[in-house]
Amino acid sequence: MKKLMQYLGVLGVGLLILSGCAKSPGSKEQTITAVGSSALQPLVEAAGENYNQIHPNAFVTVQGGGSGTGLSQIQQGAVAIGNSDVFAEQKKGIKAQNLIDHKVCVVAVVPVVNKQVAIKNLSLSQLQAIFAGEITNWREVGGPNLQISLVNRAQGSGTRTVFEQQVMQGRTSKRAPEQDSSGMVRQIVKKTPGAISYVALPYLSSDLKPLTVDHVAVTAKNVQNNRWKIWSYEHMYTTKNLNQLTKDFIRYLLSDKFQQNEVRKMRYIPIKAMRYQQNAQGQTTKL
Amino acid sequence: MNPKRVDKIATIVIYIMSGTIIIILLALLLYILLAGIKVVNWHFLTSASKSFQAGGGIGVQLFNSLYLLVLSMLFSFPFALGIAIYLTEYAQNPKLTNWISSAIEVLSSLPSIVVGLFGFLVFVINFHLQFSILSGALTLMIFNLPLLVRSMEDALQSVSVSQREAGLALGLSRWETVIHVIIPECLPSIVTGVILAAGRVFGEAAALIYTAGQSAPPLNFTNWNILSLTSPLNPMRPAETLAVHIWKVNSEGLIPDAAAVSAGASLVLVVVVLLFNLLARFVGKKLYQHLTGE
Amino acid sequence: MDSIAKKLQQRSLSARIERRGKLVTQCLTLLIVLLVLVIFAFIATKGVAVFTKDRGNLWTFFTGSTWSPDKLDIHRRPLIGALPMIVGSFSVTLLAVLLATPFALAAAIFMTEIAPKKGQQILQPVIELLVGIPSVVYGFIGLGVVVPFVQKLVGGSGFGIFAGALVLFVMILPTITSMTVDALKAVPRYYREASLALGATQWQTIYKVVLRAGTPGIMTAIIFGMSRAFGEALAVQMVIGNAILMPSSLASPSTTLTSVLTMNMGNTIMKTTANNALWSLALLLLIMALFFNIVVKYIARKGEL
Repeated sequence: MKKLMQYLGVLGVGLLILSGCAKSPGSKEQTITAVGSSALQPLVEAAGENYNQIHPNAFVTVQGGGSGTGLSQIQQGAVAIGNSDVFAEQKKGIKAQNLIDHKVCVVAVVPVVNKQVAIKNLSLSQLQAIFAGEITNWREVGGPNLQISLVNRAQGSGTRTVFEQQVMQGRTSKRAPEQDSSGMVRQIVKKTPGAISYVALPYLSSDLKPLTVDHVAVTAKNVQNNRWKIWSYEHMYTTKNLNQLTKDFIRYLLSDKFQQNEVRKMRYIPIKAMRYQQNAQGQTTKL
Repeated sequence: MNPKRVDKIATIVIYIMSGTIIIILLALLLYILLAGIKVVNWHFLTSASKSFQAGGGIGVQLFNSLYLLVLSMLFSFPFALGIAIYLTEYAQNPKLTNWISSAIEVLSSLPSIVVGLFGFLVFVINFHLQFSILSGALTLMIFNLPLLVRSMEDALQSVSVSQREAGLALGLSRWETVIHVIIPECLPSIVTGVILAAGRVFGEAAALIYTAGQSAPPLNFTNWNILSLTSPLNPMRPAETLAVHIWKVNSEGLIPDAAAVSAGASLVLVVVVLLFNLLARFVGKKLYQHLTGE
Repeated sequence: MDSIAKKLQQRSLSARIERRGKLVTQCLTLLIVLLVLVIFAFIATKGVAVFTKDRGNLWTFFTGSTWSPDKLDIHRRPLIGALPMIVGSFSVTLLAVLLATPFALAAAIFMTEIAPKKGQQILQPVIELLVGIPSVVYGFIGLGVVVPFVQKLVGGSGFGIFAGALVLFVMILPTITSMTVDALKAVPRYYREASLALGATQWQTIYKVVLRAGTPGIMTAIIFGMSRAFGEALAVQMVIGNAILMPSSLASPSTTLTSVLTMNMGNTIMKTTANNALWSLALLLLIMALFFNIVVKYIARKGEL
């Protein structure tokens, strides 16, 4: 028994010492951590995997947790990259001037409804009225006699911020059920008759029905020309003194090869394809 | 109504209600089994997960879960045993003992999300351990300790006073009595307690999301250099566990077969916990037979 | 002579081991007490920040029903009305306990009084297995089965307190059952024998003697179940709907303390009002956990008399 205890003790201490060393590995292995926006997480994960295949000694750890976590962590310097769906300027408590903004791609947000809702198009003002709680039945917008049930994203989540900025334009949304992830929104809209919500384009799946807004469909082309207005940048924030691996990794993400393949495949929009630009106040101008 | 009749009715009602519980469990298990059985195969159990294509497996996550569990048990087992020994054998002031046990009890009723955030701010950020197995194991320790201390305390207390007296009468010190007489005597119940706690910890997700992390970099199972990031044994690598993986594919996953992967992973998770339960019974029984010579 | 004197004066090896063993276990115990204190202090300091630093009002916190901590009211105080979450948490917990207690009692009576053998062989493993199913899995079954069921039964979206309570019911059932079993087992055998000897039926014995004698233990079991239900996060969050609204019916979407905490933590910036307000919810959860423990201790002491 005592031997066992001693053995365990030694093992524990050994592990602690080893882990202490592991922070600065003697080999050439290098690692950086990217934390934040869950909408951007899959893309950065894919980029990390590819990058590791090209450079076997470089590892990119990707962690979700939300845009708020990403910006907090990069501000504290606890990670190498903070992913965010929103401009750092839009978040209270973040000193944006201390950070460098790397816009890596554009993501469109699309309103979706349950498949039973026999409606294909809404005007922007109808959409606004629905989320403000003024229209509560699908009949009022030419649909079936069915109660509208709203599903929102959590307050302060990136996707919701984008949606409110471009669709609600300063009006407050009705207080409604909230979900903290695109996956949950997807499942709930799929199962609830009369449900409406919105998801980022990469999360649009065949069990949801996307709506056109003012008869414009959400396609890469329409986003590039700003005919589809509900879009925003995906940002990767770094501190001002970023290390070589971070620099190289972001350069890889922005390379034509990655932007034309993975970015398009996952239904984000390559940054260089955009004909319009947006600033932190949400104003869009032609490039 | 006469008492005999009431007695009959009450008995029947109790039979029905107990039966309902069994049916609920069977329905749950059947649901999990039917949903997951199509997905689970050797490939699913061993291959790495995918970030946005279909066809990924859960091999790395399964290994991570087990490794994390072992590591956290290694930390908490001696710790908990020490505390239990102190509380049952050495502590003299019953008021103080009572107070300490309540403090430990409160630890166990803390919501796991709060413990997870504590682990995140303290281990991941302040101690610079990053999102790593080590951070996860330390956080899990906060959960583990109350469960373990409690079950070990019960086990130690269940040994009769005469055993202690016999040890002391032989001229053994208190410590020697504990190590050579008491612990071997209650080893079966200690082992059962450990394995049952392991089952509970194995399914924990909320506390690990922010500590062990949500990414599972591919592992190279031939790499035994503990400092290398691809080595399965490196405690400083981020490690998504099975329970976290289920949570992630459902909340933020882009893989088209998310429903299938989560159903399959749930099945594996439940089966492993089931195995833990069976193992607990088996090991407990064997140890008991071994020690009592029956 | 000298060497013998030395030997006698020196502590023996086993005495030294004894001292060392005691010291080590003492240190470990001290360490865990410290750990508990650190966690408490940590959550407490973070939790009061919204009241001390951001001028939040404690009265609004418990009575207000508007939760948007990053906005200010006319007195320039943050809007931190946590009443909807508090009501949600309590109603889900109470409803779950109300549902679970009769079943737990029945199962415990079955296992200790009516058919101990069958109980050991069938019900005991069933209860242990229910403990083993992880809460994520419960959440997904809740979403896939319970919510549609409530939708059909009550109407509406199906998300809400009722769905949450049904999921929690299954989750806390094993906790309450196994502790009730312990309580009933602790009732001395001669109580039952005396009652049966007086000519009481088995049910009369159970109802009038065993359950009465076991009441403190049963109460403890129920409180433990409540405390577990109160702190559960992932499973409830998936089925309750997460609308920060006062629940208007059992099937209207509402929310609990834990789900607001889990959902919003990632979207707030550390040390801002919004983040501090969330930590105040964590503090409230901690206080409730403490409260449940004190109640249990109190009942246990009453029961001893």
